[in-house]
Amino acid sequence: MKLRVNGQDMQLDVDPEMPLLWALRDELGVTGPKYGCGIAQCGACTVHVDGLAVRSCQMNVGSMEDGADVTTIEGLGQPGALHAVQEAWIEHQVAQCGYCQSGQIMQAANLLDLNDDPDDATIDAVMSANLCRCGTYPRIRAAIKTAAQKLREA
Amino acid sequence: MGAVKTIARRSFLIGSAAIMGGVAFGTYMAARPIANPLEDGLAEGEAAFNPYVKISSDGITLITPRADKGQGSYSIQAHLIAEELDIDPNSATITPGAPGPAYYNGAVLSEGVPIPAYVETQVAETARAFMAVPAKLFEMQMTGGSSTVPDMFVKLRLAGAVARETLKEAAARQLGVSRSELTTRDGIVVAPDGQELAYTALAAEAAKLEPVVMQEADLRPASEWRILGKPFQRTDIVAKSTGTEVYGIDLQLEGMRYAAICANPGIGGALESYDASAAEGMRGVEKIVEVKAGNAGVAVIATNSWYAFRAVEAIECVWGTPDYPGNSSEHWEALEASIDSEAHFDHRQRNEGDVEVSLASATPFEAEYRAPYLAHAPMEPMNAVVQIGEDRIDIWTGTQIPLFIRNRAAAIAGMDNDAVHVHVLPMGGSFGHRLEMTHIEQAVEIAMAMPGTPVKLTWSREEDMSHDYPRPAALMRGRGVVADGKVDTFDISVCQQGLAGPWMGRLTGLTLGGPDATITTGSWDQPFGIPNYRVTGYRAPDLVPVSSWRSVGASTNGFFHDTFLDELIHEAGADPLEERIRLCIHDESRKVLEAVGELSGWDGADMGEGRGRGVGFCMSFGVPCAEVIEVTQTEAGLRLDKAYVVADVGQALDPVNLEAQLYGGLIFGLAHAINSELTYENYRPAQVNYHAYEGLRLYQTPQIEVKVLENAGRVRGVGEPSLPPAAPALGNAIFAATGQRIREMPFNKFIDFA
Ligand code: FES
Ligand code: FES
Repeated sequence: MKLRVNGQDMQLDVDPEMPLLWALRDELGVTGPKYGCGIAQCGACTVHVDGLAVRSCQMNVGSMEDGADVTTIEGLGQPGALHAVQEAWIEHQVAQCGYCQSGQIMQAANLLDLNDDPDDATIDAVMSANLCRCGTYPRIRAAIKTAAQKLREA
Repeated sequence: MGAVKTIARRSFLIGSAAIMGGVAFGTYMAARPIANPLEDGLAEGEAAFNPYVKISSDGITLITPRADKGQGSYSIQAHLIAEELDIDPNSATITPGAPGPAYYNGAVLSEGVPIPAYVETQVAETARAFMAVPAKLFEMQMTGGSSTVPDMFVKLRLAGAVARETLKEAAARQLGVSRSELTTRDGIVVAPDGQELAYTALAAEAAKLEPVVMQEADLRPASEWRILGKPFQRTDIVAKSTGTEVYGIDLQLEGMRYAAICANPGIGGALESYDASAAEGMRGVEKIVEVKAGNAGVAVIATNSWYAFRAVEAIECVWGTPDYPGNSSEHWEALEASIDSEAHFDHRQRNEGDVEVSLASATPFEAEYRAPYLAHAPMEPMNAVVQIGEDRIDIWTGTQIPLFIRNRAAAIAGMDNDAVHVHVLPMGGSFGHRLEMTHIEQAVEIAMAMPGTPVKLTWSREEDMSHDYPRPAALMRGRGVVADGKVDTFDISVCQQGLAGPWMGRLTGLTLGGPDATITTGSWDQPFGIPNYRVTGYRAPDLVPVSSWRSVGASTNGFFHDTFLDELIHEAGADPLEERIRLCIHDESRKVLEAVGELSGWDGADMGEGRGRGVGFCMSFGVPCAEVIEVTQTEAGLRLDKAYVVADVGQALDPVNLEAQLYGGLIFGLAHAINSELTYENYRPAQVNYHAYEGLRLYQTPQIEVKVLENAGRVRGVGEPSLPPAAPALGNAIFAATGQRIREMPFNKFIDFA
């Protein structure tokens, strides 16, 4: 099957039950999305499929449209060309171990796509499905506000 | 080795007298210089001035040997070197380097000295300094105990200074001027006439010189620092915000295969038999391997981790029984049978006044407390890539104990220690999990089944949580007497398994005797003066094997000691904060308590209908830390509104990261106080993934304010000290708001949270 990953067409020949996460990581070498739980509890594997944040550990590649558009953290922005959410994440120095942050950033970017001025309750509700064991939550809250402002001003 | 064993046994766990006895031999051995590992393998024209700085015409490399589990240790180690070297730390390559004995940790064992951290006498300092001796002898290149900064503060700045002065010496010779006429900035030496020479261009010349000798006294005073103490960008922050940081689990090598394992969920139990026929023909499966090292089980090597996960699930295993009781209730029975029993007495490091007389003369207030087993559960599950070559083994992994891993891998594969090359990669958290190595042992044995091929073993989350060596469960019994509105007698017994001895035994094969300070760390060593004051440790029999968990003994003792103190203060009718301040006998700690009162606007625990605040205090790893938490009882459950953290860290070297560590520790403390426990059923933990082991999520996280004090003279690590006060502060706040006293974690068994 075919997937469009970060703007590039990729061929996959795998078991259709394989979760997108493992196709990305071990077949295509795209390791930004992380494995944390495999059961939709942590959000570390979050990517965008056709513009929506999904848990890639839960999406079997066989269930995806041929040529579906997948964006991972690597495709959101790169060190030289950052997305506004990544800029805010760096300004606030959110990451500690950083392992959950690909998922946090992808979830936050999708939230801001849908709502460029989320209130505290919305941020708490949407971001609570992304676990951070290091406890970076205070700066996640602050960075989302900064990113929202950047996006509104852009 | 006999004498070394004796010194180590005594000095690890007991303390000063024995340490004194070991000094002559110990210092002799320990004073022998250890070879600089960077000297092997230097290219022509490359200079390595010491084990921490390497410069060639291509660039500058800083070696940061303490592992980065997320606490920012690579960054602070780089900053310490760069401060004296005069470079922008972000312009250098930063790597943990190849593990070597030169990188032993001289500070991590100093907590084992039986003198409370608030005592700063000559004897205490001498005893602590000698703890570096066994660390050096055992090649303890280890990260833990909030020890990175205290251990590296002088070493790394000296390393930077030596490199800088040697480069200046090379420039001086080239220019025909004296070294003292030269200055440095941003990686260049500047001559009196303004001429500039890049460090990289001087490396070849400098490599021929003896490094310039520098002393601690030559280091720059804090008033001249440009990097330390200033807000600075973490060296890994861009990579961690763009998905480009390569953790152990992300490593990809040519021709690599992926492995998964199902091991006996009863730790240490055997694999009796197995049937892998269902897994054999599955897609992607290349090999099925029986594993004996680490925890016994069966592994699958496949072309994709998911194929390997799926195949191990299809293997039927018959497991042997491990040698600990199968169910939590039996574990608690063992603790109940051991506490206050003479046969299980371990140590009594605090015994002031006359507790017995006081308890006999009044009706004491009594209470019992419990803290459960806990998994570390870092977000990145354990993993390792191992490649077995003809005469070498390469291991890529995130670990806190690279040299123990080297030695064990060599033993499993029947090779020399020197044949094993451990490459330490960034870690997605640890919290102490990576002080163990069963996953590495398994990975080595699995890779031996495919010589020449790099094999990555990844533990599934379920495998990770069921083979974690948890934080020990602990039981406390307290008795107290109050008189004239004051706390008069405070007597607690704490019972849990010993932790340090079994851990050392697993890692090194050495048997350590003697008492285990971790049983009462965080209780016996608190800076309070109570007329009758006693803390006694009882050692439970070995149950499920346990290990260090962020803040170690203080994670349970902080809750026990401070909550029981809160109870007695309430019995006495005193104000929780004022009475703690009155009882405090340590200046810096008192200031911390006063500051948290100011920051939180403390005017009593009562905040009106359904609201309340609590204060918690614990001094751990030499850092006094006080927290105030405000809560409200709502229809949806108890809500955490605000939290205030004050800690005295001696000197704030990396303020941005320091703040993150302090609130991170608070959140980690709350996460487990509220939501998490491991219980055992049929030898295995009942909670093996995050749905059953929640941690704290964003919606439960209060607004947090952090304040750092720098009154204590010495530099301290901050990865752990803000954790222990979190549970008592919250429990004390719940009591203030609702009148309900919770004496057992996790609290969600007793009260609903919003
Ligand atoms: S790995 Fe997908 S949600 Fe945890
Ligand atoms: S930064 Fe470590 S888990 Fe979130």
